[in-house]
Amino acid sequence: MSPLLRRLRASTWFAITVSVVCSLLVTTIVGAACAQVRVAAGTRWSADERELLRSLSLSSLEPLAADPSNRHGDDTAAARLGQALFFDARLSGNGKVSCATCHAPDKDFQDGKPLADGMGTTARRTMPVAGTAHSPWQFWDGRADSQWAQALGPLESAVEHGGTRGQYAHVIAAHYRAEYEAVFGELPSLAGVPLAAGPVADTAAHKAWMAMPAVRRDDISRVYANIGKAIAAYERRIEFAPSRFDRYVDAELAGRTHDSTSTLGNDEVAGLKLFIGKASCANCHNGALLTDNHFHNTGVPTSSVVTAPDSGRAVGARQVVNGEFNCTSRYSDAKPDDCQELRFAVTEGHELLRAYKTPSLRNVALRAPYMHAGQVASLRDVIAHYDNAAAATVGSSELKPLHLDAEERRQIEAFLRTLSAPLAAPAGYLRAPRAR
Amino acid sequence: MRSYSRFLAAALVTLSATGCMFFAQPPKDLDYSRTRTSEHGVYRATIRPQGDSIPKGKLQTWTLHLETPAATTVDSAVVAVDGGMPQHGHGLPTRPRVTRALGHGDHLVEGMKFNMGGWWVVKFRVSSAAGNDSLVFNLKL
Repeated sequence: MSPLLRRLRASTWFAITVSVVCSLLVTTIVGAACAQVRVAAGTRWSADERELLRSLSLSSLEPLAADPSNRHGDDTAAARLGQALFFDARLSGNGKVSCATCHAPDKDFQDGKPLADGMGTTARRTMPVAGTAHSPWQFWDGRADSQWAQALGPLESAVEHGGTRGQYAHVIAAHYRAEYEAVFGELPSLAGVPLAAGPVADTAAHKAWMAMPAVRRDDISRVYANIGKAIAAYERRIEFAPSRFDRYVDAELAGRTHDSTSTLGNDEVAGLKLFIGKASCANCHNGALLTDNHFHNTGVPTSSVVTAPDSGRAVGARQVVNGEFNCTSRYSDAKPDDCQELRFAVTEGHELLRAYKTPSLRNVALRAPYMHAGQVASLRDVIAHYDNAAAATVGSSELKPLHLDAEERRQIEAFLRTLSAPLAAPAGYLRAPRAR
Repeated sequence: MRSYSRFLAAALVTLSATGCMFFAQPPKDLDYSRTRTSEHGVYRATIRPQGDSIPKGKLQTWTLHLETPAATTVDSAVVAVDGGMPQHGHGLPTRPRVTRALGHGDHLVEGMKFNMGGWWVVKFRVSSAAGNDSLVFNLKL
């Protein structure tokens, strides 16, 4: 072998040796770093992590502000009326559908179905009620800007309650006159108001509505808005209660010893660390309600059942700005300056396409299936969806692959299960009122 | 030198193979100062949020102070507001606007909101008799 060839061979072996040694060294270093991420027992949180944990605890939730668009929102008599209306199936086209049909109090005020069933089947998953008074936007696409405006949508939807505001005014007059007038003042005369009349899809009811004088239509619409305001007065009293996660954070930050109600297991702590770190869940699921109250395209696949196109916030933003019952409407109690969210809402742009509201993760383990049309069956599948970050079928997904391993996915799921707790509400509010 | 390059390559391969990706941090050299000179030096501007810290998830009203580098205040300006999160690829959750001039170079900016933590940029495009120019402010929430 020539000296030149020997030097070349020695050089090559040296390079390979260095490369292998370096790879092993780096694997050891990085492995140790990753092990840090998986720290569980005896975890010490950094100052930044502690601040983030504090922000996620229910203890950080600010007291519920008054809704300027509903001056009856904090009126107990309005809430009692609203509770009765919430459970009253007479507020439907077939006498069988109430708000509680889909928002069942024993199921976290949802129904556990991919798509809601009222008089027909809707195109969306039922959203829970608790804590929604804190949000500036209602529905998956934010097409309502208050709880009372939200409540009025399903009542006149053909596939939900399927009735009309004319019919509902008659229900109030026949069954709730005293309670209504105690809160909202005198009920207008309903003489000549057809039993089925409203700006709805049903052509006969729509024709009857348009045949009414404008002033009568306005009277009926005001009664209808007040039905929504009473229901909102009830709904805003339904709140989340502290979960094991909240007790863990509160004890951890106070330096208290954990008891059985505030202890998280190793996997749960590791999952929490991933939630606020590598997995980036807390980007959008932030604040004490674990939602940023905004809209994101996360590449959720289209529903295999719903055939109509669904553009999410792209349509919802236009609907809320032009909403008959929005914050600036004639039926709102707000001054124009009170309607800042609506005033500064983003109403167009590519980001809105198939963007849906970030749901609160409180009690998330109790309400499969997931996403806006129940497309994803289990928490495990939800985590896999965010880990894989598949491209959006329509619009652009904000997600990037997380590169979680199976253990990390399992740990995140374990953490999410620590967010469950019974709801909080005044006595008697988490069930139907006594029969009338 | 060649060994160093191989070490770097091996490190990158190993990092990607382990799948250990750390939570994205903003670039270290970002300037978070609240007084900035515009891109082409036409304006010097100061943002004044309502408090020392900028809260997440709440609508805020800011004051934008505009002056020329010669310290002449700018009152008759048309200002467009934009922004977003460069690492996330999305814009602001609201459409903030300069709603009125307050005098002495101050402008009221309403509708500011930031819905998540991290690195945000807010951009003001300013047009006045002094010229057209843009200002970019970095924020860390």
